[in-house]
Amino acid sequence: MSEKSKSTHIFDNPRNVERLLKGFYVICIILVIADFIFHRHTTMGWEKIPAFYAMYGFVACVVLVVLAKMMRKVVMRKENYYDE
Amino acid sequence: MSELPPFVLYFIAAFLVPASRGMVRKIILLATPIVAALHIGLNVDAGILSTYSILNLELTFMRTDKLSLLFAYLFCLASFIATIFALQVNDTKQQVAGLVYAGSALGAVFAGDLITLFIFWELLAISSVVFIWARGTERAIHTGMRYLIFQVLSGVFLLAGALVHFHATGSLAFEHIGLGSVAGWLIFIAFGIKSAFPFLHGWLTDGYPEATATGTVFLSAFTTKVAVYALARGFAGEEILVYIGITMACFPIFYAVIENDLRKVLAYSLINQVGFMVTGIGIGTALALNGAVAHAFSDVIFKGLLFMTMGVVLHRVGHVNGSNLGGLYKSMPKTTALCIVGALSISAFPLFSGFVSKSMVMAALVQEDYSYLWLFMLFASAGVFHHAGIKIPYFAFFAHDSGLRPREAPINMLIAMGLAATLCIFIGAQPQYLYSLLPWEVDYWPYDATHVLTQLQLLFFSALAFVWLNKRGIYPPELRSTNLDAEWIYRKFLPASIHRGLIFFRTARESAMTAAIAPMRSICRSFSQSSMAKYHLSESWPTGSMVLWISIILVAYLLLDIFAYG
Repeated sequence: MSEKSKSTHIFDNPRNVERLLKGFYVICIILVIADFIFHRHTTMGWEKIPAFYAMYGFVACVVLVVLAKMMRKVVMRKENYYDE
Repeated sequence: MSELPPFVLYFIAAFLVPASRGMVRKIILLATPIVAALHIGLNVDAGILSTYSILNLELTFMRTDKLSLLFAYLFCLASFIATIFALQVNDTKQQVAGLVYAGSALGAVFAGDLITLFIFWELLAISSVVFIWARGTERAIHTGMRYLIFQVLSGVFLLAGALVHFHATGSLAFEHIGLGSVAGWLIFIAFGIKSAFPFLHGWLTDGYPEATATGTVFLSAFTTKVAVYALARGFAGEEILVYIGITMACFPIFYAVIENDLRKVLAYSLINQVGFMVTGIGIGTALALNGAVAHAFSDVIFKGLLFMTMGVVLHRVGHVNGSNLGGLYKSMPKTTALCIVGALSISAFPLFSGFVSKSMVMAALVQEDYSYLWLFMLFASAGVFHHAGIKIPYFAFFAHDSGLRPREAPINMLIAMGLAATLCIFIGAQPQYLYSLLPWEVDYWPYDATHVLTQLQLLFFSALAFVWLNKRGIYPPELRSTNLDAEWIYRKFLPASIHRGLIFFRTARESAMTAAIAPMRSICRSFSQSSMAKYHLSESWPTGSMVLWISIILVAYLLLDIFAYG
């Protein structure tokens, strides 16, 4: 019974998570390929770099998270910091 | 009839609600926004200007144009959705506050002069704090007090600015003000506090997460959007707003990444979204201004939706700490799906509302050649998806299974969220209806292949970064903590400095006393030992005799005055 109730939730099965991620990677690859096939009109210098938006999105988020993590060293305090 | 200000309907309802109960009260609550919206839609057209004379003041309660009408429709819609969401809450205080709050927002957008604006500005402050105090905890009462101080301070700046403006120009009309005068700056700061400019934003990230589960939905809709409206009318095209807006769009996302309280994450992302609007207002072209107000419109709905989903979690689980949530999709699949719609909308996915409004601001940045600033905004756009689009649904509903199995949201909450989600998709898929309401004439269409492709690339690779960081274990874990922000200045630094200052002054006074008294004593002693001490005048006299002599002198003066010069 417990086996059955567990399997009713879709992401309890690691294979479903894997499938979702694989589908996600495929879409990412298609989006980059589309950048080379499709001629997008550009207005700014940066935009002429191939797959600019994809790279920028990835790098921006990594930089964001790494900086935010470093920021924790400076700004993080105990949960009841202001109540003391 | 067309000159009846819509806020009157809300204020009448606010009187009727405490006098009614049960079903009748619910009908009044739900009917008010509908009646107000119908009244505006059927009777009120652009171009009305009606003034009343009260106590020698010419007050303009109704000044209508496309800008004020757009916000009026938005506020009716927002109060309708929030009222449905809060329908199961049987708290008269909050119900009355909700009506006064929404009514004041309507009053503010139709206000044609600065004094009327000030009145509604303060009513917004007083009515909204009820949602924080209604939480009832001691913490909430302190937070509400800090919130109220900021809000009232904003009103003080506005009133001061209005009076200086009146002194200088002889007019109180609320039109374009600009930053060319002292009055302009005072009013600018007033608007800046309410729209949460950097360093003036503490009240928002402090107050909104402390409000009740349903209260935050109201709070997120009105205060900052009234401020955006006021900025658009008073300060369109002031370049400083571009830089303020970009700062607002960028700095909160760092805090959002490390914040654990998911409603506080949303509060930070609210500032980030207002940043896009403020930037649009600063650019000041028709396209940018349309983008700013259109984004305000879609933001109220998708941010409301996100606050509603977190409100449901708070209502069912009792907290919204990312560190202790996860796996909720198993027992609340509908809320999960609705939260994802909100997340896709705020992230500006094609076919969702954020896409059709935010892109106007981005396009305006490109048109006006702000290319470096455009890169910052693109960073902020990617960051939004990261912290609001992925983090909120992921940590609340997926991530590791917390073992919590709360029940699905109550039916009224599901209806409210469903309505908001439908609107998010409708605006995103059929933007022409929103565009037709926009105040300025612009020929803009968001759906072309380049725009859709580049936006999808940006978002999918932001998501890829999230997946990669998570798999590598770099992603910062959710931790129960407090992160220092601008509020630290007035919650820790200033009180501690004042305390230290007082201690310093006390010790300084004591040492000065001892330093000054010792030589005086020795002077006294040497005097009393000298031969001068025996004379009468050098004795120390009692105070009473001194008072007597002074009274005698005064009486003498008086008599002289009466007899000699009378």
